[in-house]
Amino acid sequence: MKKSNQAWLFLAPSFIGLIFFVFLPFGDAIRRSFTTAMGGKFVGLSNYETVVNNQAFKMALANTVKFIIICVPLLLLFSLMLSVMISSLKKLGGLFKTSFLIPLAIPVSSVFFLWKVVFHQNGLLNILLSRVGVEGFDWMSTRAFPILVFSYLWKNVGYDMVLWLAGLDTISLNLYEAASVDGANAWKKFRYITLPGLLPTVYIVTVLSILNTFKVFREAYLIAGSYPRDDSIYMLQHLFNNWFTKLDIQKMCAAAVIVALVITGIILLLQRLDRRFGEDI
Amino acid sequence: MNLLSIIKRKLNMLLLMVLSLITILPIWFVISGSFMGSGEFTQSFSAVLSDTSGKVSWPLIPNYPTLRSYIELLIDTPRFFVVFWNSCKQVFPSLIGQLLIAVPAAWSFARFDFKGKRAVLTLYIILMIMPFQVTMVSTYLVLDRLGILDSHWSIILPAAFSTFPVFIMVKFFKSIPTTLFEAASIDGAGEWRIFINIGLPLGRGGIISAMILGFLELWNAIEQPLNFIKTPSKWPLTLFIPGISPEKAGISLVASVIMLLPALLLFLYGGQYLEQGIMVSGIKE
Repeated sequence: MKKSNQAWLFLAPSFIGLIFFVFLPFGDAIRRSFTTAMGGKFVGLSNYETVVNNQAFKMALANTVKFIIICVPLLLLFSLMLSVMISSLKKLGGLFKTSFLIPLAIPVSSVFFLWKVVFHQNGLLNILLSRVGVEGFDWMSTRAFPILVFSYLWKNVGYDMVLWLAGLDTISLNLYEAASVDGANAWKKFRYITLPGLLPTVYIVTVLSILNTFKVFREAYLIAGSYPRDDSIYMLQHLFNNWFTKLDIQKMCAAAVIVALVITGIILLLQRLDRRFGEDI
Repeated sequence: MNLLSIIKRKLNMLLLMVLSLITILPIWFVISGSFMGSGEFTQSFSAVLSDTSGKVSWPLIPNYPTLRSYIELLIDTPRFFVVFWNSCKQVFPSLIGQLLIAVPAAWSFARFDFKGKRAVLTLYIILMIMPFQVTMVSTYLVLDRLGILDSHWSIILPAAFSTFPVFIMVKFFKSIPTTLFEAASIDGAGEWRIFINIGLPLGRGGIISAMILGFLELWNAIEQPLNFIKTPSKWPLTLFIPGISPEKAGISLVASVIMLLPALLLFLYGGQYLEQGIMVSGIKE
């Protein structure tokens, strides 16, 4: 690779844009997080104290963390399963890939109507449940969290599946043949060839899956509005949105700094883990 | 081949079929619903839309298919065209901006080695992950200072500097064999010529992939217009459709179908690029 200062010429439009649209304004947000709304007097950490002690913030943070911890492993597992199933097919693989990717194309705004018809008290899901003798609920206002988990899985399973398939492609077929000769069964092959071979893919699939958890706010907002009746889906995204509507700039700045720090920490940690395990291979 | 492995293979196929049917069923519902007449529509959905008792039903194919809702939306709802045009005015300039800004940036990361590259690249990845809400207040502050809040520019400018397309395209540019560049520079081509004549044509797949993924993202954007555009006449489709009153839900399904069309066309004609774009982002450099 070429070592050159010309690199910066190519990078400049993007980097300068980021300075003006992200770094400088975020610096301004950091400054504001230490001052009062009126007069801009320095107040130390008091905005941060307000945020951390805020009931809504605690709840939203807990819900968001819970959502990520439940959804990301489920999605990784489920999409890995699909990709292994598809890669074992001799034909029709392309057709299945496309059908699992289709939810990416469905506009979020039509999910609003669809989900209403499916998850309403008189909706399709409850009709299905009553056929097998289970009492239904008004899912939207009492069980919104699982609906959101489902929406996330449904929307992103194809994306992650394609990522895993790319990882599976890099594993040499010779390894499997050699294992067959040695008499290894399907599970042993999966455990000792497929899984280690997919390790380099784990980091990026995890990062992109976390990125996509934040976008579930779109569905949540369209289905349940700014203040969902079911508290369990009140996420940090709702909180920021509502503070923004009230122009609570000081609180938002402090909360933005906290969340930005946490996310940066998680990325750096994942990167370090990735490097440690990546080197083993 | 023994019986057991044949059974296993059939089961695998069956399970995949069931799962993929469940995945695409919603899209079928939207399309079939858009062809229902208002009578059938009310009959099918009143249990949900006006909270009356009774059960909802959704026939796989409408009993009396009609284009009534299409006519009502396309002819009797002039506002729809305004909103559709708004979506276009926000999405396509954003994509052009991403092309002009992200392509050279990705080239820089893929082609050169420079001091601090690793740190800058990590910074780009962090920015890519950062949810919109975290940078919302700082973006708001800068848009306010520029005086472009409540205009299409408030969507376009921040989107143009997105780092996601950079991330996708770096991987594609890296897969171009370096010997090509060496040959070109021996022939006396400057870096700019190499970028234009070798990088762009050979990285085309990456550029198209990034544009498709970018389109799907921007076409569905809700957070940005919701917070930065207050005037309803400047809203994109994503905010217009949920605002359609429940009595006119038939129209909203038609609007959804129309909104879905460009994305489906992309799947049909750009499917392999979309797939490649996702695949390549998973490969480690």
